[in-house]
Amino acid sequence: MSMTLANQQRIKIFSLLSPAYLWLTVAIFLPLSAMFYFSFLSDVPFGQKEWFYSTENYQAFFQTTTYAKLLWKSINLGLMVTGCAVLVGFPCAYVLAKSIQGRSREALFLLVILPFWSNSLVRIFSWAIVLRGNGVLEIALNTILPFEVDVNLMFSTPAIVIGLVHSYLPYVILTSYLALQAIDDNLIDAARSMGANKLTILWRIILPLSLPGLLAGAVLIFVPVVGSFMEPRILGGRVGTYFGTVIEDQFVAVFNWPLGAALSFILLAVVLIILAVASPILRRAQT
Amino acid sequence: MAEVSVKNVTKKFGNFTALDDVSMEFPDGGFFALLGPSGSGKSTLLRTIAGFLFADSGSIHIGNKSVDLIPVEKREIGMMFQNYALFPNMTIADNVGFGLRVRKVSSDEERRRIGEALELVQLSTLGDRKPHQLSGGQRQRVALARAIVTNPRVLLLDEPLSALDKSLRVDMQVELKRIQHEIGITTIFVTHDQEEALTLSDKIGILREGRMIQSGPPRSVYNNPVDRFTAEFLGDANIVAENDGNGRLNVSGNPSIKIPEGAETASALAVRPESLSISATEPEQEGLSKVHGRLVQRMFAGAMSTCIVQCGSHTYKMVARDQDVPNLSEGENIWLSWKSAQTIVIP
Repeated sequence: MSMTLANQQRIKIFSLLSPAYLWLTVAIFLPLSAMFYFSFLSDVPFGQKEWFYSTENYQAFFQTTTYAKLLWKSINLGLMVTGCAVLVGFPCAYVLAKSIQGRSREALFLLVILPFWSNSLVRIFSWAIVLRGNGVLEIALNTILPFEVDVNLMFSTPAIVIGLVHSYLPYVILTSYLALQAIDDNLIDAARSMGANKLTILWRIILPLSLPGLLAGAVLIFVPVVGSFMEPRILGGRVGTYFGTVIEDQFVAVFNWPLGAALSFILLAVVLIILAVASPILRRAQT
Repeated sequence: MAEVSVKNVTKKFGNFTALDDVSMEFPDGGFFALLGPSGSGKSTLLRTIAGFLFADSGSIHIGNKSVDLIPVEKREIGMMFQNYALFPNMTIADNVGFGLRVRKVSSDEERRRIGEALELVQLSTLGDRKPHQLSGGQRQRVALARAIVTNPRVLLLDEPLSALDKSLRVDMQVELKRIQHEIGITTIFVTHDQEEALTLSDKIGILREGRMIQSGPPRSVYNNPVDRFTAEFLGDANIVAENDGNGRLNVSGNPSIKIPEGAETASALAVRPESLSISATEPEQEGLSKVHGRLVQRMFAGAMSTCIVQCGSHTYKMVARDQDVPNLSEGENIWLSWKSAQTIVIP
């Protein structure tokens, strides 16, 4: 009897889990394996040219410093965007979680997730309209300010950062919000009753307790930003060459899939190494 | 240590009046209970004394100085919360030391005072643990140690024992009383448990709908309630007579209930369940008030037994040691009697 119950339970679990895992296998694991296979070829196997197995695509990364420099540039971009998103998003999440209630909270939440509702290309091109010389931003500033200003952020690193922060800000707000909401208000009251000021409470209680959420949001931003190519290309123009754009070029312009695949896996490996190195430090910070 | 005095405090939240002209004195070193049903304003009063809330009018003094403009951070109070509110990211020692570190106490002194506080609550060995590794009773003690380690002027406890199970709660009551006595700190606690309030405090304040109904020593409030609400809220009360609306007491046509002298115009007469005696025959003694009724239910609860008796339209509750209840079965006709001196007059 108990055996059949246990079996039924197992079947239930299996039937609930398998759609997701089947999907993940088909949609991610198989194409990724194919790409991994490509990365060890001299040329795409479905062209007319001869091809053979080689590691030359991986060697290419180490033969010049160009790729490493671009990767470093991408990592820096990732850190910068993550940093900005955290600085902008965390206070916002704090106010949403702790100060605002009811209807107005729902309305503000809607505004937060608005970027998710619009097409990313539309979003980026609207930033282009805002940031270019004689664009929306410049006209607006000149109407308000008594003196003339020249604002042309287009095709610059700040433009890329602005665009990326806008796209990924909701992640850090949502994850931080969840973590902050779980913090018992009595903890803050208790700290106040012991004489702690706001800064002490933020530093010793709120930040440590919401760190898991904040970090989850940061990782969710950092990983895609390091490999991003659309925002750097459209908003960055000539300065917008990053590791992500180089990979994209291999696939859509140069048609060197094996090199693109190899660079992708190097990026993946570096990101995983960064997360692996960071995780014990971050875990210690939490305690 | 300091005395606290609350003078004519009113606090409104929008249209809702949480505290309505509340006044109460809390002399230095005493143990005080604020008692009331939920929504009575007792927690609001405690939070106003703490400084989390500011009164709309009236004033609060701690140690003869007005604290009306002083926020909670600067009031030098210790507070213990219902769910203890221990910082889950810190060890027990760090939790207790939090207030000391905020005050920038030297690390030697910090360690010494944490040790003393933990010793006071008998948890010296658990300083390195995290809150989640402790039992409910232990967390309670840590919260208490944390509240008193900074030598606050007043200790405020918000439903301190309500999260504990019954036997642990009684242990903690004894413990709380011992510690309060040892350090002599003025302590104010909020509770909805009337027994807890009676057991622990030197003085009780009873709140209802934002108003202070009555305050005084537990025994005097219990024996001389100012109104029917207090009589029924603090302990059980059998209402034996009510005012008929014409300024006369109506004893429901039962002349064997003696109306105490001068109580003819009182609003009600009551008698406590433990003042009642039960018998199968009519008691003949002089000076007794008595009613005739039917035993509806008899409940054995270890030390004490409870009897429910129906007398006309009134239902009486009687509590006595089981051996003092004669061998009666449910449905039998019986007499309830009490010494007339034990009749409570509700003005």
